[in-house]
Amino acid sequence: MAYEVVIGLEVHTELKTKSKIFCGCSTTFGASQNTNVCPVCLGLPGVLPVFNAKVLEFAVRTGLALNCEILPFSKFDRKNYYYPDLPKNFQTSQYDLPIAVNGHLDIEVNGETRRIGITRVHMEEDAGKLVHAGSVTKSDYALVDYNRTGVPLLEIVSEPDIRSEEEAKAYLEKIKAILQYVDVSDCKMEEGSLRCDANISLRPEGATKFGTKSELKNLNSFKAVQKGLEYETLRQTDILEDGGKVIQETRSWDDAKGVTLTMRNKEQAEDYRYFPEPDLVPIVVDPVWVEEVRKNLPELPEARKARLMNDYGLSSYDAEMITTSRAMADYYDAAVAAGADAKLAANWLMGEVSRSLNNAAQSIESCPVTPEKLAGLIALIAKGTISGKIAKTVLEGMWSSGKDAAAIVQEEGLVQISNEGEIIAIVERILAANPQSVADFKAGKEKAIGFLVGQVMKETKGRANPEVVNKLLRERM
Amino acid sequence: MKVTRKDVETVAVLSRLEMDEAAMDKFTGQFNAILDYVDMLSKVDTEGVEPTAHVLNLKNVMRTDEVKPSLSRDQALSNAPEQEDGYFKVPKIIDN
Repeated sequence: MAYEVVIGLEVHTELKTKSKIFCGCSTTFGASQNTNVCPVCLGLPGVLPVFNAKVLEFAVRTGLALNCEILPFSKFDRKNYYYPDLPKNFQTSQYDLPIAVNGHLDIEVNGETRRIGITRVHMEEDAGKLVHAGSVTKSDYALVDYNRTGVPLLEIVSEPDIRSEEEAKAYLEKIKAILQYVDVSDCKMEEGSLRCDANISLRPEGATKFGTKSELKNLNSFKAVQKGLEYETLRQTDILEDGGKVIQETRSWDDAKGVTLTMRNKEQAEDYRYFPEPDLVPIVVDPVWVEEVRKNLPELPEARKARLMNDYGLSSYDAEMITTSRAMADYYDAAVAAGADAKLAANWLMGEVSRSLNNAAQSIESCPVTPEKLAGLIALIAKGTISGKIAKTVLEGMWSSGKDAAAIVQEEGLVQISNEGEIIAIVERILAANPQSVADFKAGKEKAIGFLVGQVMKETKGRANPEVVNKLLRERM
Repeated sequence: MKVTRKDVETVAVLSRLEMDEAAMDKFTGQFNAILDYVDMLSKVDTEGVEPTAHVLNLKNVMRTDEVKPSLSRDQALSNAPEQEDGYFKVPKIIDN
């Protein structure tokens, strides 16, 4: 029987506020253990939390960017569970009245656009970090760092509208792009500022009732999300095809082994006993303010992609690649604003610049070549002052020295030679030295000319204009 | 609402509390007594009264996003029963 995969994702993102959600401790990542803590986030008796206004602004901004409705009346609740990463024995979260509900976002997979519903967006506090001496199962104690406790989080819950691991990845990438565009989170999966859990079930194709789901945890990278869902799809398919039943349970993705393992089943499932947080008063948002936040939203990825396609004639693929990251799109716009040819700028950004960034393990934000300097390089290519090949060498020079393209071209004498007079002598010498290739070409072997062009380029250290060389060679054979 | 012994057992497990039979019986009785007492509230006529999420008539109490000094690590750890390398040290967590 053919099965349909049904997936819903819960994404947690840490907000980039300066201070925590309910106290003034710093949210800086990587601080020395237990140095960003105070009586409030340590849950000492008698303390009172006070809500950080910036968290509300970030939550509303995110909710609007995800096409949600902002609830005019919202409140915090206590989610009770006992685990040492939570010093209070409850997490302050939102239960029945989250800040934003009923949104959606569109994803594109294999050329097809699909709309994924967003059930809700709610605000909560992050938990601390456990450090295990040895392995989780063998160690007889754990060490706790509460620096992360109280860092503001948004949880974004999707409808079960996702139908494959590719769609899950596309959804997650879109969420990440939007969070970066509205500038509320760094979205660094490797630092845990973007995390993802997945609910996944199968049902016979055409069925309307959902099958029994499992909840996947520990999906710590885009690859893990895709591989974990792929594994779980196969595992559940095998069970159903053998006539078995999927058990509702929480499973953990083991990245090293490439499998999912049972964490807890339904009987052991947590009962969180939510109740309204008596230490925090309700949040009532002014609709006028919400409209103001909406008006001040930056251009979002989809609008920006459309603009790059319309204004600069970029292909859908190129525009998508550039706008997936806001920093990349900002860099691109700045290069074009500095006079770069729009298509050359797209090619260079996605080609050589991205390659160099990858090799140096750097992000576009810390690119040593500024957009203005890249525009300078592209202007030299567009004018024919240097060839594309030489431009790669120039870019390397710009990367290490920080100099302008023009200065490097000048200093190293890299100007392209297009003047026929300067090339003729070399062309004639090469022809004389390679009679066999000349004979081959005359005998109809087109390929032989490539070798001859190469020889001239070698002689001129790559500076000869290849089109001119080609023309001169043909004229003389 | 009647609290059963089973409910008390469940809450004890969720709260990581270990208790003997006598304590279990005692708490079942006390839980019921407390709930019976609070149940008096259901006698109040709430016709036309809006549900509330908070007993105080306050809303939107917030602070600006500013970093304030934290405790020193020594202060933070001063009440910890056990500590190691600047961390709180806690018993083994996963027991299955």
